[in-house]
Amino acid sequence: MAKDMSKKKIAIVGGGISGLLATIKVCELGGEVDLFSYCPVKRSHSLCAQGGINACMDTKGEHDSIYEHFDDTVYGGDFLADQIAVKGMVEAAPKLIKMFDRMGVPFTRTSEGVLDLRNFGGQKHKRTCFAGSTTGQQILYALDEQVRRWEVKGSVHKFEFWEFIKIIKNREGICRGLVAQNMNTMEIRAFRADTVILATGGPGQVFGRCTASTICNGSAVSAVYQQGAEIANPEFIQIHPTAIPGSDKNRLMSEACRGEGGRVWVYKDGKPWYFLEEMYPAYGNLVPRDVASRAIYKVCVHMGLGINGENRVYLDLSHIDSGYLERKLGGILEMYSEFVGQDPRKVPMEIFPSVHYSMGGIWVDRVHNTNIPGLMASGECDYQYHGANRLGANSLLSAAYSGTVSGPEAMKWAKTGNKGSELSDADLEAARREVQNEYDKILTMNGSENAHKLHHEMGDLMYKYVAIERDNNGLDACLVELKKLLKRWNDIGITDHSPVANQEAMFVRQLRNMILYAMAITKGARMRDESRGAHAKIVLENGKQKRYLWGATTNAL
Amino acid sequence: MPDKVRFIIERQDGPNEKPYNQEFDVDYRPGLNVVAALMEIQKNPVTVDGKRVPPVTWECNCLEKVCGACMMVINGRARQACCALVDEIKKPIHLQPARTFPVIRDLLIDRSVMFESLKKIQGWVELDGSWDVKDAPIQNPYTAQTAYEISHCMTCGCCLEACPNVGPQSDFIGPAPTVQAYLFNLHPLGKFDAPKRLNALMEKGGITSCGNSQNCVEVCPKSIKLTTYLAQLNRDVNKQALKNMFNF
Repeated sequence: MAKDMSKKKIAIVGGGISGLLATIKVCELGGEVDLFSYCPVKRSHSLCAQGGINACMDTKGEHDSIYEHFDDTVYGGDFLADQIAVKGMVEAAPKLIKMFDRMGVPFTRTSEGVLDLRNFGGQKHKRTCFAGSTTGQQILYALDEQVRRWEVKGSVHKFEFWEFIKIIKNREGICRGLVAQNMNTMEIRAFRADTVILATGGPGQVFGRCTASTICNGSAVSAVYQQGAEIANPEFIQIHPTAIPGSDKNRLMSEACRGEGGRVWVYKDGKPWYFLEEMYPAYGNLVPRDVASRAIYKVCVHMGLGINGENRVYLDLSHIDSGYLERKLGGILEMYSEFVGQDPRKVPMEIFPSVHYSMGGIWVDRVHNTNIPGLMASGECDYQYHGANRLGANSLLSAAYSGTVSGPEAMKWAKTGNKGSELSDADLEAARREVQNEYDKILTMNGSENAHKLHHEMGDLMYKYVAIERDNNGLDACLVELKKLLKRWNDIGITDHSPVANQEAMFVRQLRNMILYAMAITKGARMRDESRGAHAKIVLENGKQKRYLWGATTNAL
Repeated sequence: MPDKVRFIIERQDGPNEKPYNQEFDVDYRPGLNVVAALMEIQKNPVTVDGKRVPPVTWECNCLEKVCGACMMVINGRARQACCALVDEIKKPIHLQPARTFPVIRDLLIDRSVMFESLKKIQGWVELDGSWDVKDAPIQNPYTAQTAYEISHCMTCGCCLEACPNVGPQSDFIGPAPTVQAYLFNLHPLGKFDAPKRLNALMEKGGITSCGNSQNCVEVCPKSIKLTTYLAQLNRDVNKQALKNMFNF
């Protein structure tokens, strides 16, 4: 069949909410999409978002306004977000919600059948639309369905179980394609594209245990960083205050628990101490995430008041009517019961802060172009919208909104951009060969280190030095240790030499990228000599007294 | 509780290779689940006989029972591995791939057929476009609650693995994709295309292939009332067949 050469080809890496919305936009504009993902796109990490998506619907008689959504977002981000970009996002939010509603996202509704709204941290009005406690899952599914429709029409070609390895630039330095590897057959292939959009999500796995999925390793971001894409604000890693600590993963307990009336406490002098309500009377339990995380850390680590002396505090819902809880939070309460074996409707949950989200990422301009022409980034992997800290329920919004910007912009570049020379077949083969050689080399590694153990060590390092509280000595020490890890990476021994689904070899390649990204986070944290948003730096005053080095705004709470 | 947990894992080196068993011991710790145990094996892939072997291959993402990736057969029952707590299941623990689907390697299976089935039932709302139209229609909150329940289906494949009518002997697309048709027929805009979906379910592999064995509802990790909706769909399909016959 003759191929329509006039069709523009956009390669989108990542099938979460941002990647899928970009895909839909490209298709609507007549483009064709090659969609690459580690997994069937329906299993992307966006589905772990629980609590909701912010949009000023103002349907609760609270006189909410788009301006206040803007203000809360900019303020929450400690004035580091691009305010014009944020303005675009909050203005689009109500329209996006209506679109999702039409697509069939089963939002929770009021008795009148309109969308219900709930409270969320760092915001004084009810502004968060939600589908029970599985909002991300429901939005992702609706987009997955729409993309499947475009797939049937022939506009989308899915490359599921393909790992993005690197971009291909032409001799002018413009991105014209990418190399990817089939994770089951191990075939490595080079692909042409008019524009490449990375929508690969966050780097949570750099910290080992976190609330992210196992696929959120930041490897793709690190790969393009090594190819010259600029990274911005990588040090801003959000620590979510309420997660269930676990050895395989820290499972998120949505902020919606606090939004629906959950209270955080520990025993002090034999009596429950609701320390957030006491410390921050204006917001109470709904203080922004960084503030809550630091307070919990302080209560456990500095005051030694954690449950049974361990790093845990109570998150209590047991005073709330169980029917109400079931309707509003059913999904996650079931998850807690399932993984912990206790019923949070009856006994308080035990939680502790965990690495959760990366505000920083690939630098992009207001329409999601990176500094490499032809390469765009959208979703959690970019650095836009959240500044130094992200408001709860703004992540689904930024994921969705960024896709609606990056998709059309990718088409615009494909049609009118100065793309320079075409990639020849020889160029493609050279790029493929390079990746093949690197992969073949990994298969011959026969040292004494185990990649998964190294990963575990890296997670421990990052939690120790680059998590809730940071200081320059620790960050320096961390950089030294990370360099040692990078060296030890060369001494990894591979036990799996199979030509089928060789997950070990792929992980070894990802791990190197992860170590390099860990160094970027650490270096960013070292260089930023202030406390701002999620980045809290401690200095010694008069050689002994520890204090936070505050930026201008956080004191105002 | 003993300090080691024994796993007997059915392995297979490639799609066309013969399966074989290997046994591993994993250090016990409270709250240990099957995925966490497989991760421990990755760190030290040595069998109980002291043989160093390639680590076990499987699929997982979220570890929170929402992505559906880590479905496997654990002690004879199809379920998600991430929420299979070692404390709550019989030991030694047997892990097998869900053989209703083609095995790629070890516990890793190819479930693409389920996503293909979602195309057959036209599992989407025919949106004019992702642009702004006007207000979305108001929805009955009770109907929306039903939709929410069905929309939890994570295409994990437990119900297909448990269903005696899914397999080489039948074309049945299985409970999960079938019931998705019901979901879209509930939506105020989705219901415009209900006849198309119902007609699709009349075809080969559609709802007439359901033998009503009710296994699906027993294994659904999301407790979706699959049999209830299958019965409802069966009625709707029959009504549609009559409509087709009498042309109204």
